[in-house]
Amino acid sequence: MKIQTIISALVLAGTSVASQAQQLDITITNLTQGIYYTPLLISAHNSEMSLFKTGEMASTELQMMAEGGDISGLSGLLTTASADIIENPAAGLLAPSMSITTQLDTTDGNMYLSIVSMMLPTNDGFIGLNAWSIPTEAGTYTMTLSAYDAGTEANDEMITGGGAPGVAGIPAAPGGDAGVDGTGVTTSEGNSTIHIHRGSLGDDDLTGGKSDLDNTVHRWLNPVARVTVIVN
Amino acid sequence: MKDSINKIVLAGCLSPLLLIASCGSDNDTAVVVTPPVVVTPTPVNYSYQVSITNLTYAQPMSPIAVVLHNEGQLWELGEMASVALENLAESGDNSMVMALDMVLAGQSGADVLMPGATELIDVTLTDTMPMMLSLATMLVNTNDAFTGINAMEITNLAIGESISLRTSSYDAGTEKNSEMMSTIPGPADGGEGYNATRDDVDFISMHAGVISVDDGLSTSILTQAHRFDNPTLAISITRTE
Repeated sequence: MKIQTIISALVLAGTSVASQAQQLDITITNLTQGIYYTPLLISAHNSEMSLFKTGEMASTELQMMAEGGDISGLSGLLTTASADIIENPAAGLLAPSMSITTQLDTTDGNMYLSIVSMMLPTNDGFIGLNAWSIPTEAGTYTMTLSAYDAGTEANDEMITGGGAPGVAGIPAAPGGDAGVDGTGVTTSEGNSTIHIHRGSLGDDDLTGGKSDLDNTVHRWLNPVARVTVIVN
Repeated sequence: MKDSINKIVLAGCLSPLLLIASCGSDNDTAVVVTPPVVVTPTPVNYSYQVSITNLTYAQPMSPIAVVLHNEGQLWELGEMASVALENLAESGDNSMVMALDMVLAGQSGADVLMPGATELIDVTLTDTMPMMLSLATMLVNTNDAFTGINAMEITNLAIGESISLRTSSYDAGTEKNSEMMSTIPGPADGGEGYNATRDDVDFISMHAGVISVDDGLSTSILTQAHRFDNPTLAISITRTE
Protein backbone atom coordinates (compact mmCIF):
# COMPACT_ATOMS: atom_id res chain seq x y z
CA MET A 1 0.00 0.00 0.00
CA LYS A 2 2.74 2.38 1.02
CA ILE A 3 4.85 1.28 -1.93
CA GLN A 4 1.93 1.84 -4.24
CA THR A 5 1.52 5.33 -2.91
CA ILE A 6 5.15 6.08 -3.47
CA ILE A 7 5.05 4.67 -6.97
CA SER A 8 2.01 6.64 -7.93
CA ALA A 9 3.62 9.74 -6.46
CA LEU A 10 6.65 9.14 -8.60
CA VAL A 11 4.54 8.60 -11.66
CA LEU A 12 2.69 11.80 -11.03
CA ALA A 13 5.82 13.73 -10.28
CA GLY A 14 7.45 12.42 -13.39
CA THR A 15 4.68 12.99 -15.84
CA SER A 16 2.47 15.72 -14.53
CA VAL A 17 2.29 19.25 -15.63
CA ALA A 18 0.70 21.43 -13.01
CA SER A 19 -2.63 21.67 -14.76
CA GLN A 20 -3.47 18.01 -15.14
CA ALA A 21 -6.78 16.49 -14.15
CA GLN A 22 -6.91 14.81 -10.75
CA GLN A 23 -9.16 12.56 -8.76
CA LEU A 24 -9.73 13.67 -5.18
CA ASP A 25 -11.43 11.92 -2.26
CA ILE A 26 -12.60 14.68 0.05
CA THR A 27 -13.81 14.19 3.62
CA ILE A 28 -15.29 17.07 5.60
CA THR A 29 -15.90 16.68 9.34
CA ASN A 30 -17.97 18.97 11.52
CA LEU A 31 -15.83 19.33 14.68
CA THR A 32 -18.37 21.28 16.72
CA GLN A 33 -20.71 20.00 19.40
CA GLY A 34 -23.72 22.08 18.46
CA ILE A 35 -23.41 23.80 15.07
CA TYR A 36 -24.94 22.49 11.82
CA TYR A 37 -23.51 23.09 8.35
CA THR A 38 -25.87 23.93 5.50
CA PRO A 39 -25.43 22.24 2.09
CA LEU A 40 -21.72 22.27 1.29
CA LEU A 41 -20.31 23.64 -1.93
CA ILE A 42 -17.07 21.98 -3.01
CA SER A 43 -15.25 23.13 -6.11
CA ALA A 44 -11.99 22.91 -8.01
CA HIS A 45 -11.35 26.01 -10.02
CA ASN A 46 -8.68 28.02 -11.79
CA SER A 47 -6.35 30.60 -10.33
CA GLU A 48 -8.59 33.49 -11.38
CA MET A 49 -11.53 32.32 -9.26
CA SER A 50 -11.98 33.07 -5.57
CA LEU A 51 -15.11 32.58 -3.49
CA PHE A 52 -14.03 34.95 -0.76
CA LYS A 53 -11.09 36.99 0.45
CA THR A 54 -10.58 37.90 4.09
CA GLY A 55 -10.38 41.64 4.57
CA GLU A 56 -12.58 42.30 1.55
CA MET A 57 -16.32 42.66 1.25
CA ALA A 58 -18.36 39.57 0.44
CA SER A 59 -19.93 39.18 -2.98
CA THR A 60 -23.72 39.06 -3.14
CA GLU A 61 -23.39 35.36 -3.95
CA LEU A 62 -21.29 34.70 -0.84
CA GLN A 63 -23.77 36.71 1.21
CA MET A 64 -26.59 34.45 -0.03
CA MET A 65 -24.65 31.42 1.19
CA ALA A 66 -23.52 32.94 4.51
CA GLU A 67 -26.88 34.40 5.53
CA GLY A 68 -29.23 31.76 4.20
CA GLY A 69 -27.26 28.70 3.12
CA ASP A 70 -28.16 29.31 -0.53
CA ILE A 71 -25.23 28.09 -2.66
CA SER A 72 -26.89 28.62 -6.05
CA GLY A 73 -25.27 32.01 -6.60
CA LEU A 74 -21.73 30.82 -5.92
CA SER A 75 -22.39 27.68 -7.91
CA GLY A 76 -23.43 29.83 -10.87
CA LEU A 77 -20.22 31.84 -10.65
CA LEU A 78 -18.20 28.64 -10.55
CA THR A 79 -20.04 27.18 -13.53
CA THR A 80 -19.26 30.28 -15.54
CA ALA A 81 -15.61 29.81 -14.61
CA SER A 82 -15.70 26.17 -15.83
CA ALA A 83 -15.07 24.87 -12.32
CA ASP A 84 -15.67 21.29 -11.20
CA ILE A 85 -18.46 21.40 -8.64
CA ILE A 86 -20.07 19.19 -6.03
CA GLU A 87 -23.21 20.62 -4.44
CA ASN A 88 -24.72 19.38 -1.22
CA PRO A 89 -22.82 16.07 -0.80
CA ALA A 90 -24.41 15.48 2.62
CA ALA A 91 -27.89 15.73 1.07
CA GLY A 92 -28.88 18.37 3.59
CA LEU A 93 -27.34 19.51 6.84
CA LEU A 94 -24.04 18.17 8.16
CA ALA A 95 -24.83 17.69 11.84
CA PRO A 96 -22.35 18.16 14.71
CA SER A 97 -19.55 15.56 14.66
CA MET A 98 -20.70 14.11 11.34
CA SER A 99 -18.51 13.54 8.30
CA ILE A 100 -19.20 13.38 4.59
CA THR A 101 -16.90 11.86 1.98
CA THR A 102 -17.23 12.59 -1.70
CA GLN A 103 -15.15 12.30 -4.85
CA LEU A 104 -14.20 15.22 -7.04
CA ASP A 105 -12.71 14.75 -10.48
CA THR A 106 -10.94 17.87 -11.57
CA THR A 107 -10.35 18.95 -15.14
CA ASP A 108 -7.25 20.54 -16.60
CA GLY A 109 -6.51 23.92 -15.16
CA ASN A 110 -8.76 23.60 -12.10
CA MET A 111 -5.94 23.42 -9.60
CA TYR A 112 -7.52 25.13 -6.60
CA LEU A 113 -9.95 23.68 -4.09
CA SER A 114 -12.57 25.76 -2.29
CA ILE A 115 -15.23 24.67 0.19
CA VAL A 116 -17.93 26.79 1.85
CA SER A 117 -20.98 26.22 4.01
CA MET A 118 -23.06 28.36 6.35
CA MET A 119 -22.99 27.66 10.07
CA LEU A 120 -26.37 27.33 11.77
CA PRO A 121 -27.45 28.92 13.99
CA THR A 122 -25.47 32.05 13.14
CA ASN A 123 -26.40 35.26 11.33
CA ASP A 124 -23.71 35.09 8.65
CA GLY A 125 -21.07 32.71 9.87
CA PHE A 126 -19.56 30.20 7.48
CA ILE A 127 -16.77 27.68 7.20
CA GLY A 128 -14.39 28.24 4.37
CA LEU A 129 -11.46 26.76 2.54
CA ASN A 130 -10.29 29.33 0.05
CA ALA A 131 -8.42 28.37 -3.14
CA TRP A 132 -6.19 25.71 -1.62
CA SER A 133 -3.54 24.73 -4.13
CA ILE A 134 -4.16 21.05 -4.88
CA PRO A 135 -0.88 19.14 -4.59
CA THR A 136 0.23 17.21 -7.64
CA GLU A 137 1.83 14.56 -5.47
CA ALA A 138 -0.42 11.69 -4.47
CA GLY A 139 -1.04 11.44 -0.76
CA THR A 140 -3.34 12.33 2.10
CA TYR A 141 -3.55 15.94 3.14
CA THR A 142 -5.39 17.12 6.27
CA MET A 143 -6.26 20.65 7.27
CA THR A 144 -8.60 22.36 9.69
CA LEU A 145 -10.91 25.26 8.95
CA SER A 146 -11.82 28.33 10.97
CA ALA A 147 -15.20 30.02 11.23
CA TYR A 148 -15.59 33.24 9.24
CA ASP A 149 -18.06 36.08 9.46
CA ALA A 150 -19.23 37.39 6.09
CA GLY A 151 -19.56 40.89 7.53
CA THR A 152 -22.89 41.36 5.79
CA GLU A 153 -25.34 41.11 8.70
CA ALA A 154 -25.45 42.23 12.31
CA ASN A 155 -24.97 39.32 14.69
CA ASP A 156 -28.23 39.91 16.52
CA GLU A 157 -28.55 36.19 17.35
CA MET A 158 -32.31 36.30 16.85
CA ILE A 159 -33.99 33.24 15.33
CA THR A 160 -36.37 34.97 12.95
CA GLY A 161 -36.31 32.78 9.87
CA GLY A 162 -34.53 35.56 8.03
CA GLY A 163 -32.22 33.92 5.53
CA ALA A 164 -32.42 36.17 2.48
CA PRO A 165 -29.60 38.66 1.93
CA GLY A 166 -30.26 41.84 3.85
CA VAL A 167 -32.95 40.32 6.07
CA ALA A 168 -31.95 40.40 9.72
CA GLY A 169 -31.93 37.36 11.93
CA ILE A 170 -30.95 33.70 11.85
CA PRO A 171 -32.91 31.35 9.57
CA ALA A 172 -33.14 28.45 12.02
CA ALA A 173 -31.56 26.46 14.81
CA PRO A 174 -31.66 22.93 13.37
CA GLY A 175 -31.00 21.30 16.72
CA GLY A 176 -34.28 22.71 18.04
CA ASP A 177 -32.35 23.94 21.04
CA ALA A 178 -32.56 27.71 20.72
CA GLY A 179 -34.63 30.15 22.73
CA VAL A 180 -37.16 32.81 21.82
CA ASP A 181 -37.90 36.44 22.55
CA GLY A 182 -34.34 37.67 22.83
CA THR A 183 -33.96 41.41 22.53
CA GLY A 184 -31.01 41.16 20.15
CA VAL A 185 -27.29 41.21 20.85
CA THR A 186 -26.50 44.04 18.44
CA THR A 187 -28.09 45.86 15.53
CA SER A 188 -24.93 46.87 13.74
CA GLU A 189 -22.15 45.17 11.85
CA GLY A 190 -19.11 47.33 12.36
CA ASN A 191 -16.78 45.27 10.20
CA SER A 192 -18.22 44.80 6.74
CA THR A 193 -15.29 42.75 5.45
CA ILE A 194 -14.91 39.01 5.72
CA HIS A 195 -13.19 38.27 9.01
CA ILE A 196 -12.64 35.51 11.55
CA HIS A 197 -15.91 35.10 13.41
CA ARG A 198 -15.71 36.35 16.98
CA GLY A 199 -18.01 33.56 18.08
CA SER A 200 -21.58 33.71 19.26
CA LEU A 201 -22.48 35.13 22.65
CA GLY A 202 -25.69 33.32 23.55
CA ASP A 203 -27.24 33.56 26.97
CA ASP A 204 -28.76 31.36 29.66
CA ASP A 205 -32.33 32.55 29.19
CA LEU A 206 -34.29 30.61 26.58
CA THR A 207 -37.32 32.87 26.84
CA GLY A 208 -35.66 36.24 26.88
CA GLY A 209 -32.27 37.81 27.38
CA LYS A 210 -30.28 39.33 24.59
CA SER A 211 -29.78 36.25 22.47
CA ASP A 212 -31.94 33.39 21.25
CA LEU A 213 -28.86 31.20 21.29
CA ASP A 214 -27.93 28.97 24.24
CA ASN A 215 -24.48 29.86 25.51
CA THR A 216 -23.81 26.27 26.57
CA VAL A 217 -24.74 24.86 23.15
CA HIS A 218 -24.14 27.36 20.35
CA ARG A 219 -20.68 28.67 21.09
CA TRP A 220 -17.55 27.26 19.50
CA LEU A 221 -13.79 27.63 19.39
CA ASN A 222 -11.73 27.21 16.25
CA PRO A 223 -11.08 24.99 14.45
CA VAL A 224 -14.63 24.07 13.49
CA ALA A 225 -14.11 21.69 10.58
CA ARG A 226 -11.54 19.25 9.32
CA VAL A 227 -10.91 18.58 5.65
CA THR A 228 -8.99 15.53 4.46
CA VAL A 229 -8.06 15.36 0.79
CA ILE A 230 -6.68 12.20 -0.74
CA VAL A 231 -4.94 12.97 -4.01
CA ASN A 232 -5.10 9.74 -5.99
CA MET B 1 34.02 -3.31 13.53
CA LYS B 2 37.76 -3.72 13.71
CA ASP B 3 37.48 -3.95 17.45
CA SER B 4 35.06 -6.77 17.36
CA ILE B 5 37.16 -8.76 14.90
CA ASN B 6 40.14 -8.37 17.19
CA LYS B 7 38.09 -9.56 20.08
CA ILE B 8 37.01 -12.64 18.25
CA VAL B 9 40.60 -13.49 17.31
CA LEU B 10 41.72 -12.90 20.86
CA ALA B 11 38.92 -15.01 22.19
CA GLY B 12 39.93 -17.74 19.79
CA CYS B 13 43.50 -17.66 21.06
CA LEU B 14 42.54 -17.71 24.66
CA SER B 15 40.03 -20.46 24.48
CA PRO B 16 40.34 -24.15 23.71
CA LEU B 17 43.76 -25.67 23.57
CA LEU B 18 42.69 -27.07 20.27
CA LEU B 19 43.25 -23.69 18.71
CA ILE B 20 46.70 -23.04 20.02
CA ALA B 21 48.14 -24.63 16.94
CA SER B 22 46.58 -22.12 14.66
CA CYS B 23 47.16 -19.09 16.80
CA GLY B 24 50.51 -17.60 16.15
CA SER B 25 51.25 -20.27 13.60
CA ASP B 26 52.25 -19.51 10.06
CA ASN B 27 51.12 -22.86 8.85
CA ASP B 28 48.95 -22.17 5.82
CA THR B 29 47.07 -25.37 6.08
CA ALA B 30 45.83 -24.81 9.59
CA VAL B 31 42.11 -24.81 9.83
CA VAL B 32 40.76 -21.91 11.79
CA VAL B 33 37.95 -23.08 13.94
CA THR B 34 35.81 -20.25 15.10
CA PRO B 35 34.53 -20.89 18.56
CA PRO B 36 30.84 -20.34 19.09
CA VAL B 37 30.33 -16.77 20.15
CA VAL B 38 27.58 -16.53 22.67
CA VAL B 39 25.68 -13.35 21.94
CA THR B 40 23.81 -11.95 24.87
CA PRO B 41 21.50 -9.43 23.24
CA THR B 42 21.64 -6.06 24.85
CA PRO B 43 18.10 -4.84 25.46
CA VAL B 44 17.31 -2.08 23.00
CA ASN B 45 15.47 0.82 24.52
CA TYR B 46 13.27 3.18 22.59
CA SER B 47 13.01 6.23 24.80
CA TYR B 48 11.12 9.43 24.33
CA GLN B 49 11.15 12.61 26.34
CA VAL B 50 7.92 14.55 26.17
CA SER B 51 7.94 18.20 27.18
CA ILE B 52 4.52 19.61 27.98
CA THR B 53 3.73 23.24 28.70
CA ASN B 54 0.34 24.33 29.98
CA LEU B 55 -0.59 27.37 27.88
CA THR B 56 -3.79 28.32 29.71
CA TYR B 57 -4.45 31.09 32.18
CA ALA B 58 -6.17 29.14 34.93
CA GLN B 59 -6.80 25.59 33.80
CA PRO B 60 -4.54 23.17 35.67
CA MET B 61 -4.01 19.94 33.74
CA SER B 62 -4.58 16.63 35.52
CA PRO B 63 -1.56 14.26 35.73
CA ILE B 64 -0.69 13.70 32.11
CA ALA B 65 -0.86 10.21 30.63
CA VAL B 66 1.77 9.46 27.99
CA VAL B 67 1.47 6.07 26.31
CA LEU B 68 3.26 4.20 23.53
CA HIS B 69 1.28 1.81 21.38
CA ASN B 70 1.15 0.06 18.03
CA GLU B 71 -2.58 -0.02 17.53
CA GLY B 72 -5.75 1.67 18.66
CA GLN B 73 -6.33 5.26 19.68
CA LEU B 74 -7.51 7.11 22.78
CA TRP B 75 -10.49 8.73 21.11
CA GLU B 76 -12.23 9.37 17.83
CA LEU B 77 -14.03 12.59 16.99
CA GLY B 78 -17.73 12.01 16.55
CA GLU B 79 -17.66 8.71 18.45
CA MET B 80 -18.53 7.90 22.05
CA ALA B 81 -15.79 8.27 24.62
CA SER B 82 -14.45 5.05 26.16
CA VAL B 83 -15.09 4.63 29.88
CA ALA B 84 -11.35 5.09 30.41
CA LEU B 85 -11.37 8.42 28.62
CA GLU B 86 -14.60 9.44 30.36
CA ASN B 87 -12.85 8.86 33.69
CA LEU B 88 -9.91 10.98 32.66
CA ALA B 89 -12.03 13.76 31.18
CA GLU B 90 -14.47 14.01 34.09
CA SER B 91 -12.18 13.40 37.07
CA GLY B 92 -8.60 13.72 35.84
CA ASP B 93 -7.87 10.11 36.84
CA ASN B 94 -5.60 8.66 34.16
CA SER B 95 -5.24 5.17 35.65
CA MET B 96 -7.72 3.49 33.32
CA VAL B 97 -6.14 5.07 30.25
CA MET B 98 -2.70 3.92 31.40
CA ALA B 99 -4.09 0.40 31.85
CA LEU B 100 -5.69 0.08 28.41
CA ASP B 101 -4.83 -3.17 26.61
CA MET B 102 -3.25 -1.33 23.72
CA VAL B 103 -0.68 0.39 25.94
CA LEU B 104 2.82 -1.09 25.52
CA ALA B 105 4.49 1.40 27.85
CA GLY B 106 3.19 4.38 29.69
CA GLN B 107 4.22 7.08 32.10
CA SER B 108 2.08 9.40 34.15
CA GLY B 109 3.00 12.94 34.99
CA ALA B 110 4.10 13.40 38.59
CA ASP B 111 1.33 15.77 39.55
CA VAL B 112 -1.13 18.33 38.25
CA LEU B 113 0.52 20.59 35.66
CA MET B 114 -0.22 24.15 36.61
CA PRO B 115 -0.82 26.98 34.13
CA GLY B 116 2.46 28.25 32.77
CA ALA B 117 4.36 25.23 34.04
CA THR B 118 6.37 22.75 31.97
CA GLU B 119 6.91 19.10 32.76
CA LEU B 120 9.25 16.56 31.20
CA ILE B 121 7.95 13.01 31.02
CA ASP B 122 10.22 10.16 29.92
CA VAL B 123 8.73 6.99 28.53
CA THR B 124 10.64 3.93 27.34
CA LEU B 125 9.69 0.77 25.49
CA THR B 126 12.20 -2.07 25.40
CA ASP B 127 12.96 -4.19 22.33
CA THR B 128 10.10 -3.05 20.13
CA MET B 129 10.01 0.24 18.35
CA PRO B 130 6.63 1.79 19.14
CA MET B 131 4.64 3.09 16.22
CA MET B 132 2.45 5.61 17.99
CA LEU B 133 2.37 7.97 20.94
CA SER B 134 -0.74 9.27 22.65
CA LEU B 135 -1.18 11.76 25.47
CA ALA B 136 -4.21 12.88 27.43
CA THR B 137 -5.01 15.22 30.28
CA MET B 138 -8.08 16.94 31.71
CA LEU B 139 -8.61 20.68 31.98
CA VAL B 140 -9.66 20.30 35.57
CA ASN B 141 -11.75 23.46 35.90
CA THR B 142 -14.28 22.11 33.41
CA ASN B 143 -16.97 19.47 33.37
CA ASP B 144 -15.33 17.13 30.85
CA ALA B 145 -12.77 18.93 28.72
CA PHE B 146 -9.55 17.22 27.77
CA THR B 147 -6.64 17.78 25.48
CA GLY B 148 -3.83 15.69 24.11
CA ILE B 149 -2.38 13.78 21.21
CA ASN B 150 -4.21 10.91 19.58
CA ALA B 151 -2.19 8.05 18.05
CA MET B 152 0.51 10.15 16.48
CA GLU B 153 2.95 8.28 14.23
CA ILE B 154 6.46 8.32 15.71
CA THR B 155 8.00 5.47 13.70
CA ASN B 156 10.20 7.77 11.65
CA LEU B 157 11.55 9.71 14.59
CA ALA B 158 15.34 9.22 14.73
CA ILE B 159 17.39 9.53 17.91
CA GLY B 160 17.80 13.20 18.74
CA GLU B 161 14.93 14.28 16.52
CA SER B 162 11.91 16.15 17.85
CA ILE B 163 8.34 16.83 16.90
CA SER B 164 6.73 19.98 18.25
CA LEU B 165 3.05 20.73 18.18
CA ARG B 166 0.23 22.49 19.97
CA THR B 167 -3.00 20.85 20.95
CA SER B 168 -6.62 21.92 20.89
CA SER B 169 -9.17 20.93 23.51
CA TYR B 170 -11.98 18.45 23.17
CA ASP B 171 -15.27 17.83 24.89
CA ALA B 172 -15.79 14.21 25.93
CA GLY B 173 -19.54 14.70 25.51
CA THR B 174 -20.22 12.57 28.58
CA GLU B 175 -21.16 15.29 31.06
CA LYS B 176 -23.19 18.37 30.32
CA ASN B 177 -21.20 21.58 30.58
CA SER B 178 -23.37 22.96 33.36
CA GLU B 179 -20.38 24.57 35.08
CA MET B 180 -22.54 24.29 38.20
CA MET B 181 -21.22 24.08 41.71
CA SER B 182 -20.15 20.58 42.77
CA THR B 183 -19.82 19.30 39.18
CA ILE B 184 -16.22 20.36 38.56
CA PRO B 185 -13.32 18.56 40.25
CA GLY B 186 -10.70 21.30 39.86
CA PRO B 187 -9.76 23.93 42.44
CA ALA B 188 -12.40 26.34 41.12
CA ASP B 189 -15.04 24.08 42.65
CA GLY B 190 -13.72 20.93 44.29
CA GLY B 191 -16.82 19.13 43.11
CA GLU B 192 -17.60 15.75 41.64
CA GLY B 193 -15.29 13.98 39.25
CA TYR B 194 -16.40 10.85 37.48
CA ASN B 195 -20.05 9.98 37.20
CA ALA B 196 -21.14 6.99 35.12
CA THR B 197 -24.26 8.81 33.91
CA ARG B 198 -23.86 10.30 30.47
CA ASP B 199 -26.15 13.31 30.26
CA ASP B 200 -24.62 15.09 27.27
CA VAL B 201 -24.42 14.48 23.51
CA ASP B 202 -22.28 11.36 24.03
CA PHE B 203 -19.88 12.01 21.20
CA ILE B 204 -16.47 13.66 21.20
CA SER B 205 -16.16 17.08 19.59
CA MET B 206 -14.00 20.15 19.81
CA HIS B 207 -14.67 22.01 23.07
CA ALA B 208 -16.55 25.29 22.80
CA GLY B 209 -14.80 26.78 25.83
CA VAL B 210 -16.27 27.60 29.21
CA ILE B 211 -18.90 30.33 29.56
CA SER B 212 -18.38 31.42 33.18
CA VAL B 213 -20.58 33.49 35.45
CA ASP B 214 -18.93 36.62 34.11
CA ASP B 215 -19.94 35.91 30.54
CA GLY B 216 -23.59 35.06 30.86
CA LEU B 217 -24.02 31.73 32.61
CA SER B 218 -25.49 32.81 35.92
CA THR B 219 -25.34 29.36 37.50
CA SER B 220 -21.67 28.84 36.67
CA ILE B 221 -19.13 28.36 39.45
CA LEU B 222 -16.42 29.42 36.99
CA THR B 223 -15.24 32.99 36.46
CA GLN B 224 -13.75 34.83 33.53
CA ALA B 225 -10.38 33.52 34.65
CA HIS B 226 -11.25 29.96 33.72
CA ARG B 227 -12.01 30.68 30.10
CA PHE B 228 -9.54 29.29 27.57
CA ASP B 229 -8.90 29.31 23.87
CA ASN B 230 -7.00 26.96 21.62
CA PRO B 231 -4.24 25.89 21.74
CA THR B 232 -3.99 24.70 25.35
CA LEU B 233 -0.74 22.69 25.40
CA ALA B 234 2.64 23.10 23.72
CA ILE B 235 4.29 19.73 23.32
CA SER B 236 7.68 18.61 22.11
CA ILE B 237 8.53 14.92 21.69
CA THR B 238 12.20 14.00 21.43
CA ARG B 239 13.48 10.49 20.86
CA THR B 240 16.37 10.20 23.28
CA GLU B 241 17.42 6.57 22.80
